[in-house]
Amino acid sequence: MTSSPLEMVVIGGGLVGSTLAWGLARAGLQTTVLDGADLDPRASRANFALVWVQGKGVGKPAYALWSKASAERWPQLAAALLEDTGIDVSLNQNGGFSFALDPLELETWQAEMQDIVRETNGRAAPFEVLSGAETRDRLPFVGPDVVGSIYSPLDGHVNALRLFRALHMGMKKRNVDYRAGYPIERIEPVRDGFRLTGPKGTLVAQRIVLAAGLDNNRLAEMVGLHAPMKRSKGQILVTEKCAPFFDYTSATMRQTDEGGVMIGDSEETHTAAHATNQDISAVLANRAVRTFPVLGDLNIVRSWTGQRVKPLDGLPIYEQSAAHPGAFIAVCHSGVTLAANHALVVAPQIAAGALSHGLAAFGSQRFHASQTA
Amino acid sequence: MLRRLREVTDPVTFSFDGCPVTAERGDTLAAALLAGGIDTIRHSVVGDQPRAPYCLMGVCFECLVTVDGVQNRQSCLMEVRDGMVVASQRGGRQVLQGNR
Repeated sequence: MTSSPLEMVVIGGGLVGSTLAWGLARAGLQTTVLDGADLDPRASRANFALVWVQGKGVGKPAYALWSKASAERWPQLAAALLEDTGIDVSLNQNGGFSFALDPLELETWQAEMQDIVRETNGRAAPFEVLSGAETRDRLPFVGPDVVGSIYSPLDGHVNALRLFRALHMGMKKRNVDYRAGYPIERIEPVRDGFRLTGPKGTLVAQRIVLAAGLDNNRLAEMVGLHAPMKRSKGQILVTEKCAPFFDYTSATMRQTDEGGVMIGDSEETHTAAHATNQDISAVLANRAVRTFPVLGDLNIVRSWTGQRVKPLDGLPIYEQSAAHPGAFIAVCHSGVTLAANHALVVAPQIAAGALSHGLAAFGSQRFHASQTA
Repeated sequence: MLRRLREVTDPVTFSFDGCPVTAERGDTLAAALLAGGIDTIRHSVVGDQPRAPYCLMGVCFECLVTVDGVQNRQSCLMEVRDGMVVASQRGGRQVLQGNR
């Protein structure tokens, strides 16, 4: 093969890969995206679409602040996508509630939020702790079982389907070469970059970004990086579309801009199966109806599961390989929340050739340290 | 426009937006509406576009109507009954009815 190496190849075309590829193209790089197969475990097609900061980063202040910064940057991303593609991703940042159904739950969350404030020297996102009555004053349709809530004004959500479409349209507009169904089996560092081999053939790239979700675990080792992942299956119920009644969001329940109510936030750590689990559906539905009794009349029209992309310690991993410079990795659980950081901060840094010291807390070396400790 | 292959032999009568419609006993409500010459049974929630029954097997959720006061019934999954009061829908289902 004599063709010249591709300038920049992003392996993975999910939310993280698309966001970075769009950002890299905006930074002026000729970018290629190699996406996996339709039936791969695609977190991007199962996600809950939250821009969520509340409660993130207990004991990990860098993560709390990184999430907060991305939420603050989100309006800028939404505006840039609108300008590039004409698509409004329906960003709503009216704030988010965590509804407690017993006092201990509320106490635990409050303590965690206070820990985050302390660990970040007060720079964390603001929050309020509301009693049950105060919660119902703001949201009259919250049920009597809710004993209190945490409210944080920075939290929000988007329309995840339109976000994904906007990113793909944006990539197209900026001449990103997107190749669907192009799995990569092997990455070999070579003199002028990286040789990428899969069933569709072999390519050589000057630089690469690993953004392949769960598959980063396998790919990272090929370029001297590490991405140990934990198993985390989530399940979501979706109701029929209905007239607006909840113009905020919560980690367990949100009403989309189009009216459907999504109910979620389960986690199973023992299974890789795709099938939904009816026992978990029942728990999700029960909790949602206790929070908002009006949901009891609604029909559930969809239910699905997805495997979260969750690094072992829950934090994102961003790193350029020391052994093989030019190979970057970006893997995280919160592809929606962190999209603004990825497009507007991480992608320009990768384009410029180096990640900033600010991202050092998210290097994969931390996994070595924890293994030897 | 759809038309019946066979004449109605065992009729039932229901109403759609106040107008009487005759159907064969045993018809699904969706089939009865289509055979009754009704080609718009609701307007879509997001785009406000006219809609009619589509898949006729419970999957697509296009055939939603209000039946005897209950919103968002899938008309393809229920049998038409004498005296049924069926109404078209526009916009999303109201969740707060009866709760305020």
